[in-house]
Amino acid sequence: MVTTVDTAPLLEMSGIRKSFPGVQALSDVSLRLHRGEVLALMGENGAGKSTLIKTLGGAHQPESGTIVIDGSPVDLSSPMAAIAAGIGVIYQEFNLIPALTAWENIFLGREQTGLFVDRSTERQRAAALFERLGVDVPLDIPSRQLSIAQQQLVEIAKALSQDVRILVMDEPSAALTPQEVDKLFAIIRELRSQGIGIVYISHRLDEIFEIADTITVLRDGQHAGDAPTSEMTRQQLIELMVGRSIENEFPKHPAEIGDSRLVISGLCRGSTVKNVSFDVRRGEVLGLTGLVGAGRTDVVRLIFGADTRDGGQITLDGKALNIRSPRDAIRAGVCLLTEDRKSQGLVLCRSVRENFGLPSVRHLSAFGVMQQRQERTAFSAFVDSLSIRIPHQEQPARNLSGGNQQKVVLAKWLQVNAKVLIFDEPTRGIDVGAKHEIYQLMNDLTAQGKSIIMISSELPEVLGMSDRILVMHEGRISGEISDVPTTTQEELIKLAIN
Amino acid sequence: MNDSKPLRWKALANDYGMVLVLLILIAAFSVLTLERQSSTGSDAGRVVARNIIAAHGTSGTVVVVAGLKPPDERFLREAKEALEAGGVTVAAIVGGKPADARRTIERVLLEGHSIDAIAATGDAAKWSIYDRFESVGSNKCVSAAPALWPTFAKSENVLNVANQTAIYAIIAIGMTMVIITAGIDLSVGSLVALAAVATAVFIRDVGEGTQTGTGLMIAGCCVGIGVCALAGIFNGAMITRLGIPPFITTLAMMLMARGLARRLSNELSIQALPASFTWIGGDTTFGIPNPVILMITLYGIAHIVMSRTVFGRYVYAVGGNAEAARLSGVPVKRVIVIVYTLCGALAGLGGIVQASKLGSGDPKLGLMFELDVIAAVVVGGTSLMGGEGRIFGTLIGAFIIAVIKNGMNLMKVGAPEQQIVLGAVVLLAVLVDTLKRRGTAL
Repeated sequence: MVTTVDTAPLLEMSGIRKSFPGVQALSDVSLRLHRGEVLALMGENGAGKSTLIKTLGGAHQPESGTIVIDGSPVDLSSPMAAIAAGIGVIYQEFNLIPALTAWENIFLGREQTGLFVDRSTERQRAAALFERLGVDVPLDIPSRQLSIAQQQLVEIAKALSQDVRILVMDEPSAALTPQEVDKLFAIIRELRSQGIGIVYISHRLDEIFEIADTITVLRDGQHAGDAPTSEMTRQQLIELMVGRSIENEFPKHPAEIGDSRLVISGLCRGSTVKNVSFDVRRGEVLGLTGLVGAGRTDVVRLIFGADTRDGGQITLDGKALNIRSPRDAIRAGVCLLTEDRKSQGLVLCRSVRENFGLPSVRHLSAFGVMQQRQERTAFSAFVDSLSIRIPHQEQPARNLSGGNQQKVVLAKWLQVNAKVLIFDEPTRGIDVGAKHEIYQLMNDLTAQGKSIIMISSELPEVLGMSDRILVMHEGRISGEISDVPTTTQEELIKLAIN
Repeated sequence: MNDSKPLRWKALANDYGMVLVLLILIAAFSVLTLERQSSTGSDAGRVVARNIIAAHGTSGTVVVVAGLKPPDERFLREAKEALEAGGVTVAAIVGGKPADARRTIERVLLEGHSIDAIAATGDAAKWSIYDRFESVGSNKCVSAAPALWPTFAKSENVLNVANQTAIYAIIAIGMTMVIITAGIDLSVGSLVALAAVATAVFIRDVGEGTQTGTGLMIAGCCVGIGVCALAGIFNGAMITRLGIPPFITTLAMMLMARGLARRLSNELSIQALPASFTWIGGDTTFGIPNPVILMITLYGIAHIVMSRTVFGRYVYAVGGNAEAARLSGVPVKRVIVIVYTLCGALAGLGGIVQASKLGSGDPKLGLMFELDVIAAVVVGGTSLMGGEGRIFGTLIGAFIIAVIKNGMNLMKVGAPEQQIVLGAVVLLAVLVDTLKRRGTAL
């Protein structure tokens, strides 16, 4: 053996530039990935991570810059070209056909055909792929019946079936439970040992320090820095991403907690919510946690009138509410920030201003006519106070980054001036800076005497921001924690898995 | 942070691109139909009078001759005034056919006048009757030089195009709203027939046929529109309560409404209508056809409703993302029912205008209207995916289609070729929309 170390990178991107109308998304970005390495691509929303990986996936063409794989330059002019170059990208939104089975999805577009599709060979190859991953995924049911984690495994298997050498994963852990994340990491380590280079994007800093070998940070479309994970502290990473220093990740300022405000009793719906009773007090942040599928979202959707409840009473400030639709709930002073902002929170093709005004048209109109000046002024105030980055109020919501979209949704609910705000995963897929701003906002709201119910899967967040925590398991409340500061993550997990 | 200029420009191009297309079409057809027009109208009248005074002085005797069209009337009036102002004796004016002119000239000669000149429009000067009189002869005709002017841009033709477009455009208002909610309404063509027949039957049976008074006639129109609004409510209820796709619901309504119209009328065209019934569809106000005035008024109202009111905001939100709209407190089902009701009612109104124009309630009215109306909406830039579109875009779209049809008619393009062109235009409009979308998607 010679002493030449394997320093020739597997992937080298340099001088990548890309702009969109009105936005310089990437300017002179470079990235270097070696064989058998996990690279964490970090940055706030709008920093250019998505654009960069779409460039790798062949969905965007850069205006300048070179991409070299294994020493030879490649032209990633289409998704097909990227696959041919050995790059697999697993986007946050999966590309599975819901009606097809796992193995049909894996070989979609590359069916092994003689005269007919060779089903048995395909099925066997799919089974072999899952075996290689060391997981068990039902092969013969439609993908829509698979859990999020299983769907993700199908995506990974699909990439492996295309002989990828570089696997890009955009927020793969966002929708997974802690156990599922552990399994995912085991798979990533296995792939790494097979020499595959992995680009991993996540907003959860804990994960980065657990799985990544090196970190590359983008800020405002530029290369902000990179280093081996071992040489970077959490604090340094946050500062690189945000561009300024942040002292406290969870800036909780407890407000004065008053009387019981929203009282829920005997809430139930089918097998998803079973006899749930609790209350929220004035000025309180009530954390609601548990595994995905434990019924947390189902409970708040019943309170908000998004689904019909089989039974149960809802009382607000001593008055029984008859909530039968979200419209009723909003009028009564209860609002729900949904976990999926793209499909439930925003009308993507309409302007951010229209989205903002939608739930509060009653206050922003006179005799059925919208008072657009009033609406514009009200929104401007939120644009400033929440530092929403938009070029224009008429900008369609779809053109915004995730963090800015979430802030528009927040602004829309703040304008309603509700008494009880329900936040379902308010910081999912949002960068550190924006998270911090949302936490500050929660402090402001509770200081005004408002009540917040916060659903979150991120245990540090639940422990860091809640005054009281409810844990759910299989549609029931399995535990209540009043003394939050002395509680550990392990205790929460124990309650969640019962 | 609030207003930035570049976006404004882009929005301008997006919003007014179709207007530009329409203007280009108008300019193109104007050039293509440029031809020598027969000189008539008030300008020609003045020119003719001036020439006669120049040739014969102020002592002559003149007969003024023209045809029957509105510009001919203006020619007669203007020429007579100008001649008399110049001191010339106008022995007679004739607006009519060659035979009328012959009789008048005969009478004037019999009365003992000698005719020094005949002031005629370009067409009237070509008549052969003058040579029958020894003392007259066609060489005494004076007419203005023919002007070069596009047939397409003649005021009668422009009003004609507007008048023909009006019915489609009125129905297309409702269709635009429906399509913005990501729906479709295939029943509008049949509802045109249903409204026409229901109104005619009401006037015939409840009123007194041709002797029906204004009150009962208006009641009849309300019945026609009301029946169609009910059909719209039915469509909306099927879609929102039972979850039947709009395509299927309105396809069924298209069949049912047509059948109902045929049964109600016993498959006959109902003619027993009062003469005043033709006012809304056949008459003019200040020279503008009433359907055009109705169309402009309705578009003004619809524009304000869609761009300024809570209801308009709700319609766009429902089409853009019904679930997000519902979770934002929008009464989604109610909005959808109202939209289909409005669409039905406007189709009913279109049916009454059409019946009024033709003076009869015919169960065969409005055949295939739904396709022309949908084409106008799509050409006008409304997305079939919902959530996007503009009311005035639809008006422009309706006019683009009407202008192309009319221009091709004037150029004597055959009906089959016209269909091919119109199909291509619809495809092109959607293609432009698709490309635009791809260009702006980040």
